[in-house]
Amino acid sequence: MAVTRFCTRTYRQDLRIFPSPAAKIGLAVLFLFLLALPHFGGKYIIFVACLCGVSVISALGLNVLTGYTGLISMGHAAFMGIGAYTAAILSAKAGFPFIVALPLAGVMAAMTGAVVGIPTLRLKGMYLVVTTLAFQFITEHVIYHWESLTQSDKGIKLATPYLLGVNIGGYGKIYYVILLFAVLAAIFTKNLAMSRTGRAFVAVRDRDIAAEIIGINLTKYKILAFVISSFMAGLAGALHAYLVGLIGPEYFVFNQSILYIAMIIVGGMGTVLGSIVGAVFMVLLPEVINAISGPIASAYPFFSPRIGAVSVTVYGLIIIFFLLFEPDGLFGIWVRLKRYWKPWPFTY
Amino acid sequence: MEILLQLTMTGLAWGSVYACIALGFVLILKATDVFNFAQPELMMFGAYMSFSLIIYMKLPFIAAFLITLVLMGVVAALLEMLVIRPMVGEPVLAVIMVTLGLANVLRGLVGLIWGYEEIQYPTPFPQDPIVIFGAAINQAEIYTIAATAVLLVVFFLFFKYSDSGISMRATAEDTTTAFLMGINVKRVFTASWIIATLVATIAGVFLASFTFLEPIMGYTGLKALPAVILGGLDSVHGAIIGGLIIGVAENLAGFYLEDYLGSGMNEITAYIIVLIVMMIRPYGLFGTKEIERV
Repeated sequence: MAVTRFCTRTYRQDLRIFPSPAAKIGLAVLFLFLLALPHFGGKYIIFVACLCGVSVISALGLNVLTGYTGLISMGHAAFMGIGAYTAAILSAKAGFPFIVALPLAGVMAAMTGAVVGIPTLRLKGMYLVVTTLAFQFITEHVIYHWESLTQSDKGIKLATPYLLGVNIGGYGKIYYVILLFAVLAAIFTKNLAMSRTGRAFVAVRDRDIAAEIIGINLTKYKILAFVISSFMAGLAGALHAYLVGLIGPEYFVFNQSILYIAMIIVGGMGTVLGSIVGAVFMVLLPEVINAISGPIASAYPFFSPRIGAVSVTVYGLIIIFFLLFEPDGLFGIWVRLKRYWKPWPFTY
Repeated sequence: MEILLQLTMTGLAWGSVYACIALGFVLILKATDVFNFAQPELMMFGAYMSFSLIIYMKLPFIAAFLITLVLMGVVAALLEMLVIRPMVGEPVLAVIMVTLGLANVLRGLVGLIWGYEEIQYPTPFPQDPIVIFGAAINQAEIYTIAATAVLLVVFFLFFKYSDSGISMRATAEDTTTAFLMGINVKRVFTASWIIATLVATIAGVFLASFTFLEPIMGYTGLKALPAVILGGLDSVHGAIIGGLIIGVAENLAGFYLEDYLGSGMNEITAYIIVLIVMMIRPYGLFGTKEIERV
């Protein structure tokens, strides 16, 4: 059938980044849609789209660490915060241009990632979780209390970013930069998964003792996983800083770390498409909840000072429902859909 | 000298609260292999519930306390059966995420029902401090330490000598064998959740007595996690000792290190201790080393 020939793949095709003609066409359509979005979307939609892009980059980074290498990290928001504050300090206080501050932010976060990765080499499971949790809280504390550097609650206002002489401060323009980085991050992660390093990561996740026996240097690959993921997180944090223009410590708290873990789980752990879809879903979810809670607040005035609590509760409920009934995440739903339509109109 | 004594007593009181929550963590972890991130929020929810019973239902403290324990036990059993039991066998991260989602829901419910202002808890303990060796000590703190000590002794006896306690220990050690020996493992799972929640509720009520009832109690209780790690994940007495150590250390550090490292040290000390201990003893003070076989 024409449909099956379109959507199946040979082994050789599977090894490519874009496995089938359907995948290529779908991606091209999506890309064109994303390019055109600023033209027909309002300012708020573009802002949300930028936020999605930043989250995608960060979620892909966490996916490399947790989905591929199996190292559960509760400190992802802290790495983003380090990247964001590095970019902010370099931009506002030292006058570095955008094109220099951005990679430096990533490098700073990556170095911190290496420093965090070293003591965690011996830790397994929950011990690792709580150690990264400790790192998250300590970073939050340092950001909040090192007033001379970070101005704590007042926040740092970044200088307007200029790229090649063009002012990209507005949402519409920075959207394209974020889109570019998101696409690069996705291609990088997909490539990484299929490369030697990626296979080493997966081996570390599945059975690290066996991996060491067949010659994979655990130290190198575990630290590398931390470095890559924190670089991407730092980059995402810096882009977020430029997007929002004024950053404070509230963007990088523990709840954000949980949010990113939720993104990769709800999306489908260990897959690039899953992380992307999960990131977009978890960014859009609070927006939808806010849109719904507005009418609820006006209908039942008792709730209106506590409307934030409604969104926290609904948020938690959705996470629970998702995990109870769809443990493979949104990616699992997508795979089931594809499998249903593949032999269409036959049932098997 | 008086300040040292005061800080130590406050530290022991906080440490008792951490020890109770940590005990709950370790109980659930040992019995069901679930890392329950919602434990601090359960503590908070229990404390708020007792507050409502005292203030809105005008019940005397003891009656309100006992009714709260019963209600929280029911809540815990429901949570375990509806949310955690279906997740048996799922990857570890998914289970953690479910408990984190649960924590969010509980935190949201507290904010929704009781609002976000801090509330003075109607404590039954007298408010005036006792003076020992020149140090003015809050009576609620002494009651907390004493009550926790009694609770721990009760638990020790329960686990060592009672049938249910022994079957819980058996399930914690090897679930399959316990199953084969005729222990109702499902009931043990539910029982461990109920006991952990009850202990947390007791801790919450006491914590509210010597501080406030506030919606960030969840984050304060999260510091019991370092206590669990410090003591070792599978060690009940490690969790208790860890809790006490962290309680005392953070109160002392919060006061004495304030001039050198700035304010707010007491929030961070627990986590710094975790980092240091993890580098020296990766399985905590009393935890057993996991032997992995390929």
